[in-house]
Amino acid sequence: MATYDWLFSSLGLDGWCGASGGSAPTSLADLAAQSSGGEAAAPTIWELPFPSMDALNDSCPAFPQSRELTLGLERGFLDVKDALSFVLDPITQPLSWALDGALYGILNTPWWIVIPILLAITWFVSRSWGLLTFVAVSILGLAFIDHYDYAMQTLAIIFVCAAICVIIGVPIGIAMSRSDTMQNATIPILDMLQTLPPFVYLIPLIFLFSVTEPKLYGIAIILYAIVPVVRLTNLGIRMVDKSVIEAADAFGMTDRQKLFGVQVPLALPNIMAGVNQTIMMSLAMVVIASLVSAPGLGVLVLRGIRNLELGVGLVAGLGIVILAVILDRTTKASLARINATHKA
Amino acid sequence: MRNDRQSKTTKVEIKHLYKIFGAQPEAMLPLVRDEGVTKAELMEHHQHVLGLSDINVEVKEGDITVMMGLSGSGKSTLIRHLNRLIDPTAGEVRVDGEDILAYDEEKLRELRRNKMSMVFQNFALLPHRTVLENTAMALTVRGQQRSDYEDDAKRWLARVGLGGSEDQYPHQLSGGMQQRVGLARALASNAPIMLMDEAFSALDPLIRTDMQDLLLELQEELAKTVIFISHDLDEALKLADHLVILKDGYVVQQDEPQKILLEPADDYIVDFISDINRARVLRVRSVMRGPSEGRGTPTGEIGPEETLEDVIAKSGGEPSSSFVVMQEGRQIGVLDMDDLMRALVPTGASESGLRTRASA
Ligand SMILES: Nc1ncnc2c1ncn2[C@@H]1O[C@H](COP(=O)(O)OP(=O)(O)OP(=O)(O)O)[C@@H](O)[C@H]1O
Ligand SMILES: [Mg+2]
Repeated sequence: MATYDWLFSSLGLDGWCGASGGSAPTSLADLAAQSSGGEAAAPTIWELPFPSMDALNDSCPAFPQSRELTLGLERGFLDVKDALSFVLDPITQPLSWALDGALYGILNTPWWIVIPILLAITWFVSRSWGLLTFVAVSILGLAFIDHYDYAMQTLAIIFVCAAICVIIGVPIGIAMSRSDTMQNATIPILDMLQTLPPFVYLIPLIFLFSVTEPKLYGIAIILYAIVPVVRLTNLGIRMVDKSVIEAADAFGMTDRQKLFGVQVPLALPNIMAGVNQTIMMSLAMVVIASLVSAPGLGVLVLRGIRNLELGVGLVAGLGIVILAVILDRTTKASLARINATHKA
Repeated sequence: MRNDRQSKTTKVEIKHLYKIFGAQPEAMLPLVRDEGVTKAELMEHHQHVLGLSDINVEVKEGDITVMMGLSGSGKSTLIRHLNRLIDPTAGEVRVDGEDILAYDEEKLRELRRNKMSMVFQNFALLPHRTVLENTAMALTVRGQQRSDYEDDAKRWLARVGLGGSEDQYPHQLSGGMQQRVGLARALASNAPIMLMDEAFSALDPLIRTDMQDLLLELQEELAKTVIFISHDLDEALKLADHLVILKDGYVVQQDEPQKILLEPADDYIVDFISDINRARVLRVRSVMRGPSEGRGTPTGEIGPEETLEDVIAKSGGEPSSSFVVMQEGRQIGVLDMDDLMRALVPTGASESGLRTRASA
């Protein structure tokens, strides 16, 4: 006898349930209860189990167990998987090419070309000697301790993924700012992407794509890191001074002129703040993505954990911190430069 | 030029204009239009804001028409109907005889680009563009390149006293200078109608006076149709050819400013004008008698546009002075000091004073 037998009999569902109480033991606890002959005493109110799927299944074998829910989900996913990959594979293929290309390019270009290019980019966006010196010392330091290749792989992945986040995210943000319906539809998705633990993204992706493909971690990084740039583009455009928009309208600007001549330029500080966060989140995710074969410093961290190689893990971790500081400072410096020309 | 309103062409005409803010403005319209529900009642019982109620105004070509009222009286709402930044709940707006409410997007854009320009209370300059680029905004919107607009924009900047600041950014300028850019931007568009929403209200008094003088000076030369919003009576009286006084969304009185001072329509207006320095605002032509009605022996000559303050100065304080009013070498009236004194009596009393004079 189980606790909720009365429920099914009072609903007249005995026939649908079949022989009640005769179900095979499904858990160790059931087994233990059976062997101790514990079915004699009816459970007291203190031991009343919650009427969960499993508890109801005890009373009525025809009622599904919760295990069947997860199994059903899995089967459902596997059923649509082929159709899904058939569509997604070609669409996302360019991402694999871009990542492969960037990784190949950055590793096969001599260091004495790559490092000056990185420094030139730093100078171009920040115009700050202090920052330039800091970046130079950091990269040379990483190279000196033989972490150059790993660091460059991580950087290449971040560049590609952050660029794609901006290319996709800014238009989405613009669309959201122009329509409340679009905003209301998109915000829950952004909330979900932002709150899902990063590991959870990886699960369906592993089923969809083979682990050897770079797009697997590329998609995971993009999904995770795209949120801030979308949010802040939307917010930035919505926050543009109403009176300036009114002036633009009063002088007869078309929607296009208004968007590119007024709204986007005035939202630029916010958009750049979004890009900064997107880059930082890409960095966080690229480390986790080493679980699914993303190359770079994350691999060393993973090795440190797996093989208990403390030194390797710690040095790689330090490398990640240095990259984070470099990326953050550089994007913030360019943000400050934009802000200086945008004072209202 | 100031008192031949009938002979001027109507540039903008507002007819039976209503604007109600809220969830269902159309449903509220009959209440306001037919049952005379007031702004306060509409707010309290129906949760709608009465923005404008039965506005009828004719704006004459080449005039400065000032709309004034206290905060919340609907001034900004009204001026935004003229270029349809706001659409009305009911009514008509005609520009050059055409019903602009029937315009589609394309024609509306044409109207805003070519016929109307606007100056804003908080300047509303583009912070990421230089002063020159801001000035040329209307021209760039029409598709002109820098080489096309540069000379024009520079000329207008120089005209408003900002020559040499072309390459600065708005945040590098003071408020007064920013509004000069705002004015130059409106002028550079070369539109015949200029809308100014409290254009000088954010400026400190001295700079405000400068800007008013600049506007009057430009107006002498350009004769635009200016619609000017203000909550400052001194400013309104100084600038207006035609003054419209708004309260709670309806027009209390509209007329030539001198006329409003001498014949206020109701106690609200009386209150409104009670603080004004009448001697500085009233002009000879509004208080003089006909040429043959002189009583004393004339002691001097004055012009019709002189203020009573000027006349008092000329009389040297002598109470028995009497002046002949001359225009273009012709006598058009006389002004005795006792008439002048009577016109200076604060309004409530001056109304009866005028009546006694009329019956005498
Ligand atoms: N979008 C809106 N929604 C609801 N009510 C509005 C809206 N715009 C204006 N109002 C209301 O309409 C009335 C007139 O506002 P308006 O801004 O035209 O006043 P104003 O005369 O320009 O005042 P101020 O001198 O403060 O600028 C006010 O009661 C205001 O609350
Ligand atoms: Mg206003």
